[in-house]
Amino acid sequence: MPGTATQTADMESLRRLSQELRVKIIEMLVEAGSGHPGGSLSEIDMLVCLYFGGILRYRADEPAWPDRDRFVLSKGHCTPGYYSVLARAGFFSEELLPTFRKLESPLQGHPDRTRLAGVELSAGSLGQGLSAAVGMAFAARLDDAEWQTYCMCGDGESQSGHIWEAIMCAGNYKLDNLTAIVDYNQVQQTGMVAEIQDLEPFADKFRAFKWNVLEIDGHDHRACLDALTSARDHRGAPTAIISNTKKGKGVSWMELDYNWHGKAPSAEEAGRAIAEIMGGRA
Amino acid sequence: MGAVATRKAFGDAILRMGEDPRVVVLTGDLKNSTNVEDFAAKFPDRFIDVGIAEKNMLGVAAGLALSGKIPWACSFAAFNANRLEVVRLSIAYNRANVRIVGTHVGIGIGDDGATQMALEDIAAMRALPNMAVIQPCDEVETHRAVEYLMEHDGPAFLRLMRQGTDAVHDGAYRFAFGEADALRDGGDVALIATGALVQSALAAADELAADGVSARVLNVHTLQPFDAQAVAEAARACGKVVAAEDHNVNGGLGSAVAEAIAEAGVGARLVRVGLRSFGESGKTDELYAKYGLDGAGVARAARSLLERGR
Repeated sequence: MPGTATQTADMESLRRLSQELRVKIIEMLVEAGSGHPGGSLSEIDMLVCLYFGGILRYRADEPAWPDRDRFVLSKGHCTPGYYSVLARAGFFSEELLPTFRKLESPLQGHPDRTRLAGVELSAGSLGQGLSAAVGMAFAARLDDAEWQTYCMCGDGESQSGHIWEAIMCAGNYKLDNLTAIVDYNQVQQTGMVAEIQDLEPFADKFRAFKWNVLEIDGHDHRACLDALTSARDHRGAPTAIISNTKKGKGVSWMELDYNWHGKAPSAEEAGRAIAEIMGGRA
Repeated sequence: MGAVATRKAFGDAILRMGEDPRVVVLTGDLKNSTNVEDFAAKFPDRFIDVGIAEKNMLGVAAGLALSGKIPWACSFAAFNANRLEVVRLSIAYNRANVRIVGTHVGIGIGDDGATQMALEDIAAMRALPNMAVIQPCDEVETHRAVEYLMEHDGPAFLRLMRQGTDAVHDGAYRFAFGEADALRDGGDVALIATGALVQSALAAADELAADGVSARVLNVHTLQPFDAQAVAEAARACGKVVAAEDHNVNGGLGSAVAEAIAEAGVGARLVRVGLRSFGESGKTDELYAKYGLDGAGVARAARSLLERGR
C-alpha cells in the first residue's frame, strides 16, 4: 500500500517513540545495575510497531479482555524493551520502570504474568514461548475467535529443539492465526549465532516446516508494519517474520558486540549511549 | 470386579468429562497406552497429537490453559513429568491450569524395563510450587480424582499405573483432595502407602493381623499438598511407620513422611519401602517380589520395626 502523508507522519512518530524507549531501556539498565541491553535495543522497533502501529488489539485498562490479541515474549530476558513498551501502552505507570529487578517489584528480571498485568506468559528459560503461543492459537481456533497470537523469539533460542517441535506442530496444524517474529539480531550471549550454531538457511527451514515466511529489516518501521499486516491476513499457514536486526542497535559501540548481551552500562556509558540515541543515529 | 488399571479408569473418566467444552486432550503418540482413544474418536476437534514431542505438548497445554481451556497432557510419566524444565516454567511458574497425566509409573509397568519406568517423578513434581500431585490407587478413586481436577484451580500432576489394581473403594467413596484416606485403624504399626502399594499395604495388614499385630493403613492419594497432620498422628499413635511407594525412596512419599514426622517432633521409627536403584524388565509380580513392594515385602518391613522394638 503506498504511503500517504499521514502514514509518513505516523512512521516519524513511531521512529521517535522507538528513540524515546531506547533511552528508557538504558535508564532502566543503569538504575538496575544489571540486565540485557543488546536484545532490548534490537527488538524495540518491532515492538513499537506491534503495540503502537495499530496491529495488536489490547485494552490496557482491561488486560484480561477476552478478545485481545496475545503477545508472548519468548526471549524473556529482553524485559527492558518489553516493559518500556507495556508502560507506554498504559498497562502500568512509567514510574515503576526504575524498580526493574528490585525486591518486590512486579518488574522481575524476566517477565512474570502473575505479577504484571499485560504479560501473557512468564518466560525466560529459552525455547519455551512458542509452544505456549501455539496453545493460545489452538484455543482461539477452538472458540472460533478472531484474536491473533504473536510470539517473539530470539535467534539464539532458535537453536533449541523445543522451538522446532512447536514450529513443526503449528505448520502441520496450519495455525494461520499465529505469527512468530524472530528477532534475528545475530548475536547471542557468548558470540555470533552463525559461529556458535548457525541457523542458516533459516527461512528455508521454516518453509520446510510449512510456514509462510517474510524476511525484513527489523529496524525499518514501515517494513515491520507491512509484514505484521501481511502475516495477520495470511491464510492457510502460520507466518514467520524473520526480523533482521542488530543486537545493541542505536548505540554504535554496543552493536553486534556479545559483551553487551547481559551487562548494564555504567552511569558514564549510559550518558554516552543516551546522547548517541538522541543524536539520531538510531 | 477384577483388577483395573488406573490409566484405563482415566480413559473412561476423561470421556465423560469431554462433554465440557473446555476439556482438551493432548498426547505424544500414546493415545492407546494412555487410553484416550475413545476421547479422540468422540471429540476429534479437542484432541491434539503433537507426536513424539513432549516439551511442545506441555507448552501447548500451558497456552491452552492460559486461554481458558482445561488441557490434559497425556504420556508416560517418564516422558512428561520428566520434562522438568518445561513443567517448571511453562506450567508451574505460570500457574497454568494444566493436568499432566503421567501413566506407566514405577517398576509396576513390568517388561518394558527401566527406561520407561518413572521413579523420580513424584520427587520432581513435589519440588514445584503450585503443583498438585495426585496418585489414585484404584478405579473408583481415579474417577473421583478426575472429577475433582475439573474444578481444581492450578496445575496438577495425575500419576497413573499401567498394571491393574484391585478395588479398594466402592462407588460411595468420597475423594478429599489433600487429605489422607484412612483405610484401617490400628495401633502397632502405621502402613502409609500410595498407588499400587496401597493394595500391598492392605495385604500386609492382613498378614500382620494373623500374627496379632494391628496395622493402621493410610492411602496417600494426594502427595502435594501433603497431609502431614494425618501422618504425624499415625506416627504418634503407632510409633512405628512404614512408607511404601513404587518410586525412589528419595523425594517421594518416604521423604514426605520422614519430613512430616520430624517436623511434628514425633519420636517414631520409619522404614521406607521403595526403589533405591533404577528398575529392570520382568513381570510386575516378579519385580514387586524382588524389590519388596508386594504385601510380603511391606509386611517384612513392618516386622523389622516390630522386632527392633522401641
